[in-house]
Amino acid sequence: MPKKTNIKKVLVIGSGPIIIGQAAEFDYAGTQACRGLKEEGIEVVLVNSNPATIMTDVHIADRVYVEPLNVEFLETVIRKESPDALLATLGGQVGLNLAIDLYEKGILAQYNVELLGTQIESIKRAEDRELFKETMENLNQPIPESAIVETVSAAKEFAAKVGFPLIVRPAYTLGGTGGGIAETEEELDEIVNKGLKYSLIGQALIERSVAGWKEIEYEVVRDAADNCVTICNMENLDPVGVHTGDSIVVAPCQTLNDREVQMLRTAAIDIVRELKVEGACNVQFALDTVSEKYIVIEVNPRVSRSSALASKATGYPIAKVASKIAVGYTLDEIQNAVTKKTTACFEPTLDYVVLKIPRWPFDKFVAADRTLGTQMKATGEVMSIERNLEAAILKSIRSLEIGLVHLEMPELKTLSDAEIEEKLILVDDERFFVIAEAFRRNISIATVNKITKINNFFLRKVHNIVDMERTLKTKELSKDLLRKAKKMGFADSVIGGYIGQDEFAVRNLRKEYGIVPTYKMVDTCAAEFEAYTPYYYSTYEQEDEVVVTDKKKVVVLGSGPIRIGQGVEFDYCSVHSVWALQELGYETIIINNNPETVSTDFDTADRLYFEPLTLEDVLNIIEKEKPEGVIVQFGGQTAINLAGPLDNCGIKILGSSVDSIDSAEDRERFDALLTKVNIPRPKGHTVYDVLGALKAAADVGYPVMVRPSYVLGGRAMEIVYSDEELKYYMTNAVKASKEHPVLVDHYLMGTEVEVDAICDGKDVLIPGIMEHVERAGVHSGDSIAVYPPRTLSEQVIKTIIDYTNRLALGLEVHGMINIQFIVRDNQLYVIEVNPRSSRTVPFLSKVTGIAMVDVATKAAMGVGIRAQGLKPGLGYFPDYYSVKAPVFSFNKMSDVDITLGPEMKSTGEVMCIDYQYSRALYKACIASGINIPHEGSILITVADQDKEEATEIAAGFADLGYNIIATGGTAQFLASKGIAVKTATKLSEGSPNILDDIKQGRIAMVINTLTHGRDVARDGFQIRRSTVEHAIPCLTSIDTARELHHVMSAMRRRRMVSTIALQDLAWEG
Amino acid sequence: MRKIKGKLVLKDGSVFEGDLYGNRAASGEVVFTTGMSGYQETLTDPSFCEQIVVLTYPLVGNYGCNKMFDQSDKCWYQGLVVGELCDEPSNWRSEESLPAFLNRNDIPVLTGIDTRALTRKIRSHGTLKGVIVPSDLPKAEIDALLCAADVHDQVAKVTTPAIYTMGSGKHHVAVIDLGIKRHILNSLAYFDGRLTVFPASAMAEEILAVQPDGIFLSNGPGDPKDLTFVAENLKKLMGKKPIFGICMGHQVMALANGADTFKLPFGHRGINHPVRDIAEQKIVISSQNHGYVVDEASLKKINVEITSVSLNDGTIEGLKYLDHPTFTVQYHPEASPGPSGHEYLFERFTKMMEEF
Repeated sequence: MPKKTNIKKVLVIGSGPIIIGQAAEFDYAGTQACRGLKEEGIEVVLVNSNPATIMTDVHIADRVYVEPLNVEFLETVIRKESPDALLATLGGQVGLNLAIDLYEKGILAQYNVELLGTQIESIKRAEDRELFKETMENLNQPIPESAIVETVSAAKEFAAKVGFPLIVRPAYTLGGTGGGIAETEEELDEIVNKGLKYSLIGQALIERSVAGWKEIEYEVVRDAADNCVTICNMENLDPVGVHTGDSIVVAPCQTLNDREVQMLRTAAIDIVRELKVEGACNVQFALDTVSEKYIVIEVNPRVSRSSALASKATGYPIAKVASKIAVGYTLDEIQNAVTKKTTACFEPTLDYVVLKIPRWPFDKFVAADRTLGTQMKATGEVMSIERNLEAAILKSIRSLEIGLVHLEMPELKTLSDAEIEEKLILVDDERFFVIAEAFRRNISIATVNKITKINNFFLRKVHNIVDMERTLKTKELSKDLLRKAKKMGFADSVIGGYIGQDEFAVRNLRKEYGIVPTYKMVDTCAAEFEAYTPYYYSTYEQEDEVVVTDKKKVVVLGSGPIRIGQGVEFDYCSVHSVWALQELGYETIIINNNPETVSTDFDTADRLYFEPLTLEDVLNIIEKEKPEGVIVQFGGQTAINLAGPLDNCGIKILGSSVDSIDSAEDRERFDALLTKVNIPRPKGHTVYDVLGALKAAADVGYPVMVRPSYVLGGRAMEIVYSDEELKYYMTNAVKASKEHPVLVDHYLMGTEVEVDAICDGKDVLIPGIMEHVERAGVHSGDSIAVYPPRTLSEQVIKTIIDYTNRLALGLEVHGMINIQFIVRDNQLYVIEVNPRSSRTVPFLSKVTGIAMVDVATKAAMGVGIRAQGLKPGLGYFPDYYSVKAPVFSFNKMSDVDITLGPEMKSTGEVMCIDYQYSRALYKACIASGINIPHEGSILITVADQDKEEATEIAAGFADLGYNIIATGGTAQFLASKGIAVKTATKLSEGSPNILDDIKQGRIAMVINTLTHGRDVARDGFQIRRSTVEHAIPCLTSIDTARELHHVMSAMRRRRMVSTIALQDLAWEG
Repeated sequence: MRKIKGKLVLKDGSVFEGDLYGNRAASGEVVFTTGMSGYQETLTDPSFCEQIVVLTYPLVGNYGCNKMFDQSDKCWYQGLVVGELCDEPSNWRSEESLPAFLNRNDIPVLTGIDTRALTRKIRSHGTLKGVIVPSDLPKAEIDALLCAADVHDQVAKVTTPAIYTMGSGKHHVAVIDLGIKRHILNSLAYFDGRLTVFPASAMAEEILAVQPDGIFLSNGPGDPKDLTFVAENLKKLMGKKPIFGICMGHQVMALANGADTFKLPFGHRGINHPVRDIAEQKIVISSQNHGYVVDEASLKKINVEITSVSLNDGTIEGLKYLDHPTFTVQYHPEASPGPSGHEYLFERFTKMMEEF
């Protein structure tokens, strides 16, 4: 069938900000889809609120709208653009839900927009629990006994009939939000209550639990001609009970016989055919471990996280193929990009094993409940490819960047055997490590299997790793043994650890023995056909099939898994760096291990090595490929951390030198530099113990900002107001020592300003200056940033330019530099300098029209700023305002305090642009999920130091017609200032209290700032958490509240919804 | 099973060293198959008779073995080559580990070698002869093994020695066993068949004497041109009864009709092969195991319709004869191992018998 010839213009809906449950996979999928459509000569209109993505680049889609993802805004875009069709199955659950909304509100019909790919009817049959149940019953596909409930009492009734445990799954949510396993009636009450709240339609499915069964997934692709193929099957190591996004997953299935494989394949295909999916679909099964009984758990009629994984695991470009199917192609009409001869109508076969391990944010959210269940908690994931499972496991561990190079957690060493056995019961992020530790303590596979229900096959593999450790510890390291250990994936440093040598000694010994990794291709066909994918993985085997070219080449290091503090923005940077290098005529090599990203698409760089980002793994590739050097400044902290070690090995770091990175990161060197170039910074000291800290605080004056040196993403950073708090911090939050000093700086309360600039060694280009809404003290990644700045005086701007020049030149930056300033009383202070690409680079690139990474890459490669046709200095500010707002995933993380502070907590970001500043900010709030109420009651409960400022804000909101409610102290204060305020009942004063007010919807928004002191802190925490559970906005910074008030008052008499394409912005500069 | 250092030596001189389990040397044509599951089904598929088989998926034996997966009474391989052999299988159906199964069947297995490198070699060079031997076997002995004449007439080894019957369905099917897989028999029986299974050497008259409603030609090992006797027999059977052929049966039927076959460079072996069914206008994913194909050019003078082709290389996957009620497919609709979705071919045969 030829492609649909009537379709000339297609609207693509992206998935919005990165949140838990919806990460970079949709940038990868969306980018593939947009490109796939453009290849067909179709004009692509894209709407996505996430600026940190490749898909929102102006050359990926013809019309890019970085706007809130809701029906109102989409309707405006549809009205303006009149697309012929809508493609919504590549934007995650967000895209799918919006398509349903647009359809049901009649907007698609009104504007004559055809829905491409899977149709609404099919989507509903997969998503709506009742219809799904009916569909499965018609197909004779087993599903668990279940009931759809809209009330808690109905859930209890079902429980009385079926018994516990029960799984609760709210309908129409993403990432299993609000779901869970209930073992008791109390738990059922709680989970159902929450689930109904999160469900868009107030429905939840309650079903009999099959916890302990194998969880199996199939990725299926079907076209309109009913051709249907399975791309990949996957087996979760964690039995049913853990969300698949939080499970360790292996592909292909390892413990299923062909009968079981085919039984589930047939079921998956039958389901996909029945649903008439046109594009990609994911089918999840639970399979009994002692019979052929199975049940269908879930069907996702769209490109999903699993399809990104399946794409990377097999080399089959699912999203691209889905986009071609959407415009009318059949599978046999689409070329197989891998073999270039065969078609997309085939089923990939692997000759390696793929392992995925989730990356959880518990390093940031120390207080969070680490238990894994039906609600996903991971922010990202890593994948590894190997020829055996042991090596795949160890490669994945190295890729996670959790400070471990082996399946061994030092913290577990101190536990007794009994404690380890006890800990095996916990289903959390550490379970895999606990299992290995159990084997080290000679706890048997049978025992571990009994407790964890993890299949013995996988446990045996972990045991093999432990056995190898024992052999390495006791036996002479012969050539044969070393080869075996390498084949099993042991890192040089780990092997060295057993024989008292460093990793280089082992490396040299390996080379002496001729034990070097070989690289194999991911080709979808197990070598049956010649393939052209430059997509490789390492393994210790006989033949290396990668032919090294003699072209000039550069290695770009990727940024590993998505985590808080290092999101998709660094993948954006890596990809742009690759493109810039290609423009300069270099062969590009990318090394990365994140299956969700554009950077690991095999047609991004000239060569893709899917490997851990450790010194050993990276060096192996460099020694093989012999590039001119390595670019580290775009891969976030992951790549920066490798700069020094690579430099020590004689590898050229392109762009800013390791010395320049070090001068910015090393406190003493940095202080020396600032003194030299005469730039002020808040006064501070480096201390090594409690006494030193107290002395330092006395010198610089409270409040002080305390943090460990070499800090990542504001980890363990706090603002401290008294000796007592400082003592507590020094003894509990950090372990200071000579090796691990702590920095004590005076905390300057002022406006935070951020600059990203590019330096070529001689000239400095400053594309823009961003001003933060929240005062210093809130992590820059969690602040609302505005470009161009609104309150800075000309004198301050001049000083910013001057300091930026001095710092960039003083640090001999070649490439990107990020500087954070504080402005206080018209004085400028520097608080942080990073000679690398920052989180704000994609945002600033998009709103200034300067492809910053491209310029910086070229500058790093020796092409000056002027030589690139650009004028150094600060460009003109545009006539529009751009606002970047953080997005949090607090609803996935119970027990986490949502108060903003020096520690970063957001998982993603959104951007909005408008000629009206207020509207830009309003849109950014909407896009970030803050549903600003237009009326109703605002609860204000703030710390003493904030009361004065809160008064002004309360008065303002009252003036706009909102009711003000406040707790005791705050209420008194506000009343004393003449504000009409209702006093709320505190938690300690019995009920109904504030929490009940929130629960029962009597409060539309909360303004709450962190109060010090135990009881009030706990009250505040409960209030804040309850706003999360009930999805009402909670502003924890006075500045955000003030700005929102300004917005609401400015927008009272204005149109709220207005959209603009990036392509239509009037570029200045 | 004893484990020693062993190696695979190919005719072109290349050597792959690994661990050898087994009590004898193996010598034969080295072929690879790409299925990621179903090792036991292929091990007992008589079509692999006398071959050394490389499994491209590196982890083999994970789910053990169970008699129900056997496609015949024994394993017909000369030898097996795998990346890693699992001796502690984990699946509720496992009755025996794969190493134990191989030992019981006296199949030498070479493990720990770079099977991908070997596969790439076969892919670019074409199927090669090879031997699996202990590492220390003298070169002269290896050369002697490699120089041994090519094996022929494997069908004689794998066909049933005597006539037997199976099933009690409505349609009486005469099955010519060229090395039939058990699941084909089961499928024929499932679609209401009552089977009389004949050795490859059965005379046409003998077959017709049981008054079957239809005739089935099975899969089998080796070169179809070795089966001149069967082809001659088929000439006498064509038109007398509806005939359905699979794999070798498909090739021999083509030969009987005057077409030609040729050997593919490295064959089609796996469970992911896309086939376009032209008549049904659909693409099916099929299980395949064949080294030879029917030559399309040789069909010009024959009154035959090409019903399906391989989507990968365009070779013939199915034929319908227009002068007599016969249709054949090159691939394995019975799967085992491999994907379902081909039941319609058995149904078609049933319908032909009903309508004849």
